[in-house]
Amino acid sequence: MIRRLKSLGSQFGSVLATLFGLSVVTFMIGRVMPVDPVIAAVGDNASQEVVEKARLAMGLDQPLIVQYWHYLTQVLQGDFGQSVLTHNEVASDIAHYFPATMELATYALIIATVIGVPLGIWAAVRQDSLTDQIIRVICLAGHSVPVFVLALLALIIFYAGLGIAPGPGRQGIIYQDMITPVTGFLTIDCLYAGDWDAFRDAVAHLVLPVSILSYFSLAYITRMTRAFMLDALRGEFIVAARAKGLSARKVVLNHAFPTIAVQLLTVLALTYAGLLEGAVVTETVFAWPGLGLYLTKALMNGDMNPVVGCTLLIGLIYVALNLLADILYRVFDPRVS
Amino acid sequence: MLTTFRTWALDDTPTSRRQAAWGRRYRIWLALRRNPLAMIGLVIVVFFGGLAILAPLLAPWDPAAQDLAHRLARPSAAHWLGTDELGRDILSRILYGGRVTLGMVISIVIVVAPVGLVVGCVAGYFGGWIDTVLMRVTDVFLSFPRLILALALVAALHPGVESAIVAIALTAWPPYARIARAETLTVRSSDFIAACRLAGASPRRVVFRHIMPLCVPSVIVRVTLDMSSIIITAASLGFLGMGAQPPSPEWGAMLAIAKRFMLQEWWVALSPAMAILLVSLAFNFLGDGLRDVLDPKQN
Repeated sequence: MIRRLKSLGSQFGSVLATLFGLSVVTFMIGRVMPVDPVIAAVGDNASQEVVEKARLAMGLDQPLIVQYWHYLTQVLQGDFGQSVLTHNEVASDIAHYFPATMELATYALIIATVIGVPLGIWAAVRQDSLTDQIIRVICLAGHSVPVFVLALLALIIFYAGLGIAPGPGRQGIIYQDMITPVTGFLTIDCLYAGDWDAFRDAVAHLVLPVSILSYFSLAYITRMTRAFMLDALRGEFIVAARAKGLSARKVVLNHAFPTIAVQLLTVLALTYAGLLEGAVVTETVFAWPGLGLYLTKALMNGDMNPVVGCTLLIGLIYVALNLLADILYRVFDPRVS
Repeated sequence: MLTTFRTWALDDTPTSRRQAAWGRRYRIWLALRRNPLAMIGLVIVVFFGGLAILAPLLAPWDPAAQDLAHRLARPSAAHWLGTDELGRDILSRILYGGRVTLGMVISIVIVVAPVGLVVGCVAGYFGGWIDTVLMRVTDVFLSFPRLILALALVAALHPGVESAIVAIALTAWPPYARIARAETLTVRSSDFIAACRLAGASPRRVVFRHIMPLCVPSVIVRVTLDMSSIIITAASLGFLGMGAQPPSPEWGAMLAIAKRFMLQEWWVALSPAMAILLVSLAFNFLGDGLRDVLDPKQN
């Protein structure tokens, strides 16, 4: 018990240290590294007076440690400052854009899991066969293709070439602003409103970006499943199960698979974090009104508050998912004590 | 010549340290040669490397020369891959772009691998508070998504190739430190290290001469596998307008501009896309093969 508490304590400490590091790095990015954060905030053409006023308002005349303290207390209260571009609070902007990104990433994860896990098991069971080699190549290709290349190719082929996919964006023009957001997930909101045409339209717009994102993470999930499964199949309990005369199917699904389930859950948690990153690039290609588009627009314009806010948020999600993966491991895997 | 080298390298009783080392390298090469995917990867990597180095000799046109009369021309005998929106020859730009991309990748790896190696070996060998501090710093950088951190860093610095190199390098070193630390932990308590210490070797000598060389194979595998992810990150930065800046023929930046015309003039986008895809796929094939050969756990 005491050992358990101790390990929990050290984990808590490590999360705190990581969060502290996160805040320091984002502070450096937002306030210290830009050549002139004031110009970045008010623009090139501001008068001397405005610049001086902004400098004082941003507290840039104070020592760095005081500035950091201000930054930290603000961030802890959920205040990321204002966006120069949208004139909104960054926090409310993020709340507005983030669900669209989550919708993309969530569906992509579901599809990648449904396809990737069986594919990985199949590759492991048929190790070194032609099937295994083909799956290996498919996965390596998924690792090697930048998401934006795939997204561009998909738009060229399915939108411009064949004309079977809808164009960029999240909804067709006629459905724009017809659905009141409840959950922020457009598909769910459409169902909630009972509007089937809008639902079909939303799903059609999801198909291309979600397929591309899911291929991206499918490669990783499949490879990890294969590796875990190969390991599990080497166990003596598998030999025993086979010796009892169980069918190959039962051995794999009822005996080997449960031992890797927890490891897989942790992989899925980390994949979700990776998907959020992939979504940033995908969104710019598909003009998907999510966090990625918001972030890249801010980047182009040197609008640092949103940049810092988004970086911090995605960093936080990373830390949270890592922690979740760790906890899943501890709670569900009896082998970890 | 080759057969004499072969018998010399494969000699079962090497007479010198050099002969033993070459023997090991030659055996690795022989094992690698049996892996068809790895060889395909190696050929493509060498091919693109050669194209990039010889770009000034091979490029049929000046990559910056504009010819507005023939803008967005389809592939033809004069322009094998067509021309872009300013009438520049796409083939020549791809060749020169290889220099930018591969140059970025090489400079990042040269910085990142040694730094990660030193941090990991020092943390693993000394342990205690040094280990705790170094690994906490590593964890902080690992907890950021790579591309997002690189984007934010470049935005804070100044968009361009140099900032992109700095940003990617800052995000790329932690995995190397992790690997080097893990390797160090497995060898630090072995007898030959104890023997070194008893013979009076300084910690520095033990770390640099005896531990670090043992970590090199895993780091090489990681570097090869990482190459494609570095290429993708660099290209993504270029694509998002945060890496190499437009007249530069960097592949990602070329794609960013080609995006505007791609629905009609698809060939402008196709060539840089294929270049990125081929090179990063090739590095993945090669890295996968190298891992099979160098991974001590599998032997």
